[in-house]
Amino acid sequence: MSEDQKDDGLISVFVDDKEVRCKPGTNLVDLVASVGEEIPHYCYHPKLSVSGNCRMCLIELGMPGRDRNTGEPMLNEDGTPKIMFFPNPAIACGTKAGPGMHIRTKSEMVKRCREGVMEFLLINHPLDCPICDQAGECKLQEFSTDYGKGYSRFVEQKVVKPKRTVLGPRVMLDDERCVLCSRCIRFSKEVANDDVLGFVDRGSYSTLTCYPGKQLENNYSLNTVDICPVGALTSRDFRFKMRVWFLKETPSICTESSVGVNTLVSSREGKIYRITPRRNDEVNDTWMSDSGRVIYKEVEDENRLSSDSSSGDLAQIHKYLESEKIAYVGSGSSSVEELYLYNRLSRTTRSVANYLVAHTQEGDELLISNDANPNTRGALSVGLIESLPEDQLSDLGSKIDAGDVDTLVAYNEDLTAAGITAEQLAKVDVIYFGTNSNATSEAAAVVIPTLTVFEKDGTFINQQFRLQKFLQAIPGLSGVADDLETFSQLLNHVEPDTGDLSSVQAVWAELSSEISLFEGQSFAALSPEGVALDGSTFKHLPFCEGKTLHYEPAAETVEAEA
Amino acid sequence: MAAVERKILLKHADEDYYSPSIDSYLEQGGYEGLKKALAEKPEDLREAVKDSGLRGRGGAGFSCGIKWSLVDRKSGKPIYLICNCDESEPGTFKDRQLVHKDPHQLIEGMMISAFANDVALAFIYIREEMPLGAKILEKAIEEARAKNLVGENILGSGYSCDIVVHRGAGAYICGEETGLIESMEGKRPYPRIKPPFFPAVLGLYQCPTIVNNVETLCNVVHVVNMGVEEYTKIGRHGNTGTRIWCVSGMVKNPGYYEIEPMTMKEFLYDVCGGPLPGRKFKGCIPGGGSMKILGAEETYTDREGKSFSFDEIIVDYDGIAAAGSMSGSSGMMILDDSTDIVEALANITAFYAHESCGQCTPCREGSLWTKKITARMCTGGARPQDVDLLYDMAGNIGGRTVCPMGYSTTWPVQSYIEKFRDEFDSKAQANECGMKSFDERLIEK
Repeated sequence: MSEDQKDDGLISVFVDDKEVRCKPGTNLVDLVASVGEEIPHYCYHPKLSVSGNCRMCLIELGMPGRDRNTGEPMLNEDGTPKIMFFPNPAIACGTKAGPGMHIRTKSEMVKRCREGVMEFLLINHPLDCPICDQAGECKLQEFSTDYGKGYSRFVEQKVVKPKRTVLGPRVMLDDERCVLCSRCIRFSKEVANDDVLGFVDRGSYSTLTCYPGKQLENNYSLNTVDICPVGALTSRDFRFKMRVWFLKETPSICTESSVGVNTLVSSREGKIYRITPRRNDEVNDTWMSDSGRVIYKEVEDENRLSSDSSSGDLAQIHKYLESEKIAYVGSGSSSVEELYLYNRLSRTTRSVANYLVAHTQEGDELLISNDANPNTRGALSVGLIESLPEDQLSDLGSKIDAGDVDTLVAYNEDLTAAGITAEQLAKVDVIYFGTNSNATSEAAAVVIPTLTVFEKDGTFINQQFRLQKFLQAIPGLSGVADDLETFSQLLNHVEPDTGDLSSVQAVWAELSSEISLFEGQSFAALSPEGVALDGSTFKHLPFCEGKTLHYEPAAETVEAEA
Repeated sequence: MAAVERKILLKHADEDYYSPSIDSYLEQGGYEGLKKALAEKPEDLREAVKDSGLRGRGGAGFSCGIKWSLVDRKSGKPIYLICNCDESEPGTFKDRQLVHKDPHQLIEGMMISAFANDVALAFIYIREEMPLGAKILEKAIEEARAKNLVGENILGSGYSCDIVVHRGAGAYICGEETGLIESMEGKRPYPRIKPPFFPAVLGLYQCPTIVNNVETLCNVVHVVNMGVEEYTKIGRHGNTGTRIWCVSGMVKNPGYYEIEPMTMKEFLYDVCGGPLPGRKFKGCIPGGGSMKILGAEETYTDREGKSFSFDEIIVDYDGIAAAGSMSGSSGMMILDDSTDIVEALANITAFYAHESCGQCTPCREGSLWTKKITARMCTGGARPQDVDLLYDMAGNIGGRTVCPMGYSTTWPVQSYIEKFRDEFDSKAQANECGMKSFDERLIEK
C-alpha cells in the first residue's frame, strides 16, 4: 500500500469508518484511546506484556479483501476496497495496527461480546460495592454501568474463595473480587523482578496467591494495588480510610530521590490520604515505590515545627545577616525557586561560603536513585553551589574553628548530621529555616518554620535534567508562611527595592531572564510531564546516580567511577 | 458386501506375533521408511507429505504438509518437533493403542518428520495419566538409539536428532498446542494468544515448533513407504489415508477401528455391530466430547443443498463436516434411546468445567455456570427459562476465548438443545423442587 505510506511513516486505520493516522504496530486499545474513545479492558496495561485473558476488549476486525485466485484487491460497486471482516471478534489489546485495517468498536456484535463477558465476570463476583474500597475507581463497576444487564440470570451458588488474605506488609487480597486479569502477576515478574504471585487451581476456582513461604513485600508491591482493576488488591495503609470520590488529586513530585517520580497526592479537607503514581513515560512510566507513598506522613510528623516554635522577626534576622562572616547551608530537597531566593539572599549578604548537604543512598536501579536529594541539579542550576555537594561539611567545620564563620544560615538541614559538632554550633549564631525540629534548630538563635512539599508550589530538576513542577495539595500549617514569602520579605528587608518574589510565578519571571538554562520557561506553561533542560554545562560533574528506569548515567561518569 | 476395517497403522499391533520391541518392528520391515527418507532431500519429503493430503489427526484436521510449510526456517533458531500425545479429549483412545502397542512406528514417523523439517531435537509430550506409555516409549527410544536409529549421525547419514519423552502435568488443556508448549516450558498450560504466538514462528522457547498428533506422525511412515501415489489411493480426495475411530457408548462392539471413509450405517452396523439388543440409535458425538451431536433421526443438508440421512453420513473429515459437525479427534460416542440427553449434557459440561484452564473469562466462568445449570436440571430443579439461558449463554463463550476450547462448552450445549429441545423442556415441566429464580421470588414478595 504505497499510497497509504506517506512521508510521515504513518498508516491509516479505520475506527468505526473514521480514518485515524498512527504508527504501524500501535496497540489498538491505545489507538482508540488516542482519539478520545475507550475500548473497555481489564487485563491490558500499556506498560506490561499483553495477556489477552479478560476478553473485554473484543472488537470486529476487517482487512481489505483480496481475490483468492488472482490476488487482486476486491472492490465494492462504488470502487472502494471491499472490507472483509473476520467472523470471530479479535482482542484489541493483542492486535497491532496495520495498513488499511478496519475495526468496529460499537457494532451490535461487539456490544454483545462485551455484555457477555461482563455477565461472566459478575456472576461469581461479590456484589459488595457499598463496602468495597475500590468503589468509585473500579473498572468492573464502571463497565457494568455500560455493559451490565442490571439484573442477574445467575441463580446458582457463587464460588467461595479466601477473603482478607494478607499478601504482604502493605497489600491485602480479596480473592472473591479478583477477575484473574493477571496484571499483578505480570507486574511482579516483569517490572519488580519479584515473581512471587501466581494462580493456583483451575477454571472458575482459579485463585491468586503468593508463592508458599513468600510474601509480596518488595518496595513496589503497592503498584499491584494501583493496577488492580477491581477491589481484589487493596492498600493496607489506605483501605477504609476514605471514599475515593471525596479525594482531591493534586499533581506532585516524589522527593524520595533524584528520579523525580510523578505522583498524585489525594487529599480531603487539608488531610492527605494517599499518594499514587502519575504516568510519565519519560520518568516513571506508571509506577512508584512503596517508600515514596508514605512521605506524606511528614506533614503530621511529631517533630514538625509549628508557628508556636517560631522565634525572631525579620529585623532580628537582618541584624544577624549583617555579619561579615556568614555562611549558608542549603538543602537539595528545596525547590528551584526557594534555592534561587536563598542563593540570592546569600549573595546579597556577601556570604563567605555556600554549601549543600549531599544525601546518598543505595538506589534500586528502578525508581530510586543513589541521590536522595530530589533537587541537587536545581541547586547547581541556580548557582547556589558549583560543585557536587558532600555529605560532611568538614570545610565549614574548619572555617568555624578558624573563626572565619560566626553566623550560619541553615535551611532544612540538620548540621549535626552533616558533621558539625555541638561545640562548633555553639561558636556561631545559627538562623534555622525548616519544617522539623532537630539539634540545629535547638541550637539556633532564630527559628523560622517552613512548609513541606505538599503545602506549596514549586519545581525540581531531576537526574535527567527534567524540570518538573509540583502543586500545593493541602493548605500549609496555620501561621506558617510559605518559604518563598519568608525569603521575599527578608530580601526586601535587606534590600528594599527587590520587589515581590513571594510567588513562584514572580520568581520564574526572574529565573527565565537571569539564568540561560531556564530561558523561555515559565511555571504556568510548564506541562505536567515537565520539560527536559539542556544540562550539558554540568556534564563534567561526577553525579552519583547509577542506572534507573529511563536513565543511563553519562559515559564519562561511569569511567570516572571506574 | 459388508464394510470392513482397513488396517495400515494397526496392521500388526494386535496380532499375536507382535510386541512393542524393536525386533518385532524390524521383522515387519520397520525403519525402512526412515532409511528411504534419509536418502532424500528434506524439502522433497515435505512436498511429498503435502501432496499426500495427510491431515492432522488431532482435532482440527489441518493439512500436515501445509503446517510444515508454515514453519519459519529463516529465523536462525532451532526448529522443534513435538509429538502431541496428550490424548485427553473424552472418548478418544487411539494414540494410547499406537504408543502402547507399536511405539517404534511413532518413533520412525517422528524421525522422518524431524529429518524433513531439519529438527535436531524432538519431544513426545505424553499425558500424565499414561505412565506405562511413557515407559514403553522411553524403552523404545533406547532400543532405537542402540541401533543408531535415533541420536548422533543416524545410519551414517550425517543427520542427528534425539527424542525426549516429556510427561505432562495432567490437564485437558495441555492437548491444545500452545498450552502444551507452555506446559513443556514448566508453566501453567495457559494457551497463548495468536497472533503473535503461532507455534510455527514462536513456539517452544520462542523457537519455530511443529506440533503433530501421534496418529499423524505414524501416517508419515506410510506416506514415505508407499509413496504419494499409492497413499492417496487410500480414502477419498481430501480425506486420504485411514483413520482410527474410537467407538464408545451404546453399541454392540465398542473399540478402536481403523477404516477408510464409509457411511455411518456401514460403520455402525458392519464394523461396530449395531445397537444393543432392543435399542435404537439416538445419535452420535462424532469426534470427542466437544463436538456437536449428530441426531439419528435428523435430515442433513450439505453445502450443495443435497439432503441426506444420518445413515448416509460419510465417516471422515469432510463427510462429518457436511453434516454440520467435526470429526475432531475421532472419538465417537454413540447414544441410544436409553440416554437422557440432559444428563449426557450435564456429564459433558461437568468435564469442561473441571478442565477449563481458567485463563480467559468466557470459558472460565461460562463452563462452570453451564455445569451448575445442567446439574441442577438433572436433580429436579429445572426451570422453564433454563433452556434459553443455557443456549444464549453458550453463545457468549465460543469464538471469544483465547483458544478453541471455548467451543468445547458451546457446541455440545447448542447442538443438544437444537436437536433435542423437547427433552430439555420436559425436564423443566417435571420440575420437582419447584426452584424459583431470584426475580420470581422478588415478585412474590
